[in-house]
Amino acid sequence: MTTQDTELKAQQSATFAWGPFLRKNGGLVALAVILVFNIIVTPNFLQMQTLFVNISQVATIAIVAMGMTLVIATGGIDLSVGAIMALAGALAPLIFLSEFGQANPALGIAAAIAVPIVAALACGLFNGILVANLKVQPIIATLILFISGRGIAQVLTNGNLQTFSNPSFSYLGTGKVLGLPFQGWLALLIACVLYLVMTRTTFGRYVLAIGGNERAAELSGGPVKRVKIGVYMICGALSGLAGLIVVAINSASDAARNGNLMELDAIAAAVVGGALLQGGRAPIFGAILGAVIIQLVKYTLLANGVEDEVALIAKAIIILAAVYVQQARKE
Amino acid sequence: MLDTDTFDLRKYLSRNPQSVAVWVTLAALILFGLLRYDNFGGAYNITSFLNYNSMFIIISVGMCFVIMTGGIDLSVGSVAAFTSVIAAYLSPYGIEVALPGAVLAGIGFGAINAVSVVVLRIPPFIATLATMLGAKGGALVISGAQTISVDWGSNFTKMGMEKALNVLPWSIVVVGVVVIVLWVVLEKTSLGRTVLAIGGGEDASTLMGLKVHRATAFVYLLSGGCAGLAGVILASGFGAGQPLEGIGWELSAIASVVVGGTLLTGGLGSVTATVAGALLLGLVFNILNFENGRGTISFSAYWQMVIRGGFLFAVILFQARVMAGREQRKEAT
Amino acid sequence: MAELLNMSGIDKAFAGVSALSGASLQIAPGEVHALIGQNGAGKSTLIKILTGVYRRDGGVVNFNGAETVLTSPREAQATGIATIYQELNLVSLRSVTENVMMGYEPKRFGVLINWKEAHRRTREILSRFGIDIDVRAPLGSYSTAIQQLVAIARAVSLDARLVIMDEPTSSLDASEVEVLFGVVKGLREAGVSVLYVSHFLDELFEICDRVTTMRDGRTVDCRAIAGTTKLELIAAMLGRDTDEIAEAGMTEFNAGMSGAEKGDVLLEAQGVSTGPRLNGFDMTLRKGEIIGLGGLLGAGRTEAARAIFGVDRLLSGKVEIKGQPGALETPAAAIAAGFGYLTEDRKAEGIIPDMSVRENLTLALLPKLTKSGQIDRARERELVDHYIKALGIKTANMEQPIRELSGGNQQKVLLARWLAIDPDVLILDEPTRGVDVGAKREIQGIIRDAVARGVGVVLISSEFEEIVEGADRIIVLNEGRIVTELTNPGITEDALVRALAHTEGQAA
Repeated sequence: MTTQDTELKAQQSATFAWGPFLRKNGGLVALAVILVFNIIVTPNFLQMQTLFVNISQVATIAIVAMGMTLVIATGGIDLSVGAIMALAGALAPLIFLSEFGQANPALGIAAAIAVPIVAALACGLFNGILVANLKVQPIIATLILFISGRGIAQVLTNGNLQTFSNPSFSYLGTGKVLGLPFQGWLALLIACVLYLVMTRTTFGRYVLAIGGNERAAELSGGPVKRVKIGVYMICGALSGLAGLIVVAINSASDAARNGNLMELDAIAAAVVGGALLQGGRAPIFGAILGAVIIQLVKYTLLANGVEDEVALIAKAIIILAAVYVQQARKE
Repeated sequence: MLDTDTFDLRKYLSRNPQSVAVWVTLAALILFGLLRYDNFGGAYNITSFLNYNSMFIIISVGMCFVIMTGGIDLSVGSVAAFTSVIAAYLSPYGIEVALPGAVLAGIGFGAINAVSVVVLRIPPFIATLATMLGAKGGALVISGAQTISVDWGSNFTKMGMEKALNVLPWSIVVVGVVVIVLWVVLEKTSLGRTVLAIGGGEDASTLMGLKVHRATAFVYLLSGGCAGLAGVILASGFGAGQPLEGIGWELSAIASVVVGGTLLTGGLGSVTATVAGALLLGLVFNILNFENGRGTISFSAYWQMVIRGGFLFAVILFQARVMAGREQRKEAT
Repeated sequence: MAELLNMSGIDKAFAGVSALSGASLQIAPGEVHALIGQNGAGKSTLIKILTGVYRRDGGVVNFNGAETVLTSPREAQATGIATIYQELNLVSLRSVTENVMMGYEPKRFGVLINWKEAHRRTREILSRFGIDIDVRAPLGSYSTAIQQLVAIARAVSLDARLVIMDEPTSSLDASEVEVLFGVVKGLREAGVSVLYVSHFLDELFEICDRVTTMRDGRTVDCRAIAGTTKLELIAAMLGRDTDEIAEAGMTEFNAGMSGAEKGDVLLEAQGVSTGPRLNGFDMTLRKGEIIGLGGLLGAGRTEAARAIFGVDRLLSGKVEIKGQPGALETPAAAIAAGFGYLTEDRKAEGIIPDMSVRENLTLALLPKLTKSGQIDRARERELVDHYIKALGIKTANMEQPIRELSGGNQQKVLLARWLAIDPDVLILDEPTRGVDVGAKREIQGIIRDAVARGVGVVLISSEFEEIVEGADRIIVLNEGRIVTELTNPGITEDALVRALAHTEGQAA
């Protein structure tokens, strides 16, 4: 996307300013390029199956990336998202497979969703307090749960793979609404809610103000600490939800793998979607766009017989390019 | 006039509370282990412990330099995996080729980080994150996602499996020498002092006329080289290049550095305390193994990570308190 | 006598805004040369060009008989120019020795630092300043004054031909100032030149030979200090003579002449202290009144504002609001109590650059614009529209990012941010700094109108005419303490300058 960006910038036509256009809409242009490439090259790309697979894969990245976008908007970062996914994912089967869960299926399912989300919220609260009250750098503050969160999940499950067959819980990951995956709709719903929060509420305004200039936000009466804790809690809750979805897709919970490297995907998606690392911007739909681009790049390479590992290099280049373009724009 | 020519141990200790805390904790844990477990002080345990932890010591020390400038290097784990594959491929030519080859490969990744951070002004976190993914992908590509067996006929495996003079494993000897050299660089050269000064205040360092760009580039090259050395030890110790290894190593290294009292914002740090931090985190794991061996309580291996996280938490609380104390003292004066 | 340094025709612009135009500076060998001017006159920029931090856009620099182009601080040091910057540019986490020796450490075998020798030399250098401290300790563990002297020691130890001191005495007490003067005189005797930048004019008469005055990016005056007076220097800095000021007002203000009855007490501060920079501050502010805070840089004016607004914690003293006791703990609480605080540093503490004019303007008002978490956007637009029109804010539309506006318009948006909360008390710290003349008068007009509606204003300004003509009363501060209070009508710039000069005399 951005190599073209710079190329095209060099040959800017007199009639249309390609440079600024691409810099502003680089993500969309990249998406279009990938889509066109796939339609021409990838066999069977234009099929329902492809859409279905990609949506069910992208939903979890997108959900976490939206939380990450809020955190990044305040100038922070959250490395613990993957670990929180593992923790939430480990809790759910423990609850609905327990005696209580077996005896009261409906209550069990409700608890299996509510309790992990509450746990995820608590993780976010922990991160938030460290960052906001103890003034620990976000990278380090969230490193604690990054390291130990997955460990706690493994301790809880004793490192075992928990398999189950529970159709009502699995609906989270395999259900269909209007022929498309349930979690895709869920991600869209969350995006709409967060979009409204960011544009219509005081909370959203303060998030951006803190990222834009924390001193000014505080001197203008912004509740800086509360808002910061809030974004980490939202990010935690969304990560927990994503962890549940992954478990539901697989009908199995593997604390070692659930959400592994998700922090990287989420940060990449947020940055590609236009979030500024220094804060002050929260493009919610951009996060979804970023998640889609990352998923599609992965898919394109896989579908065309390029190994999984090359996809990592591609991801690395995408991230670097996106940040470099941001830097250039700033200067 | 105060006599400050002589080194004053008491003052040193009071000025470096965390270094002291780390060394004391380390000593206490060792003592605890020696008293509680029969084979804790045995040659086998010491050798395998040092062999395994030499990798973490060296990447932690490299990371320490980066963090002292106020930066971070997330790529070390992947770079170690990549260079372990390089080392395995070069192993038929002997350690004298494989070691420099793999270290150079590591420095190569360090150079990418240095250019991204110093020239392109990309935040270190993102620059090294990208290198992390790139090195990981690269390792899988050049190895075909397989472990690459080393040449057992050459002297390559000596490094990770044999002992120098039948006393200490070669790996820890090499790492020890490198650590000593780096300690000298930090404590006794202008370059080392510049690294600390940058973390203490980049603008101030520039205005003092220090070579800020050069020193910043140096720390990323160094960290890459250290990861390269860890890769050699990895390949040599396990008899194979391990493209899938190294996940989470960067975080263990950061944890060691933080436990060792290095300020994450830079400006304060110590090579020796970082080594102590790495040993401390390794020892926690070692002791858990022994505890499970006794069968009295059964800690699963998964507790390891929980406890590491707990350690990090304790250290951060400690640092936050120390910093808050400093602020208050400043206000009072 | 051949000059050691000759800078002439120096131009420098930042992002199209001219900071220096045709500035010049000549310093003779072994001379102590003063450089004075108001904030923003271009002193710092000129120094930074001389020391290689900035590159000049035009002009010639001759140093030691040769034309020089310095591109880095390191080069400047190697050429023989050492600098002590106003903001302490030292690394407080590192030891005293490192801060003195950094980059010039004594070595063994050409590589290894000889710490023993380094500590010894550092102590030797510091002892010339009468400082006897543990040089291994982190610099940050010592007082600002010691740190300042360490910075000076570093510069002096570099065998410089020219030592630049930017406000070296701002954090020193009287005896420390004496030590510094001793050092400066020693340098002069050794043939080293000193460029001495200071707001404390009395000091200049004590140690300087010549004085160069800058105003608006130009060099306006250079004369021998012998035979000149302080009032002449001030007149040169301000660019006008005092008679002219007495005749016609310089500002839109006419307070003190309205003669209107002042209203109820809005705010009463008694014995407020927040640290060494603010000690025992008293003030009573009534409705429709402007209180000016007078003083030089670092006198405690901004600290007083921060204390009232709940930014800094009170160590002692009390604040009463409309007769109700209770200090404001946080800015949020202050805003809820009807206070607004326009900060001195617009960039760092005022604007949120990437946010729109609308979002910046309503930031402090958000709690009142919100119903169950949701912003009343129609009302928000209406309000913003009103203020854009009422204050004449020049913006393409209310969605334009504030960073794209001119300084004056940014400042108007920030003023509107506080007017929008319908405040009882406005604390204005340098409201017209860095804005052009036209916007200056408009902003003054806005303040005047607010006061006419009964708002109580605390006004801090380095533009003397603003507080002289604007304030009903001026509280003059020095070193964190109140030294005197002047009451309008009857205050003249002359009187204010005299009050300041008097306090300076005491300080030195």
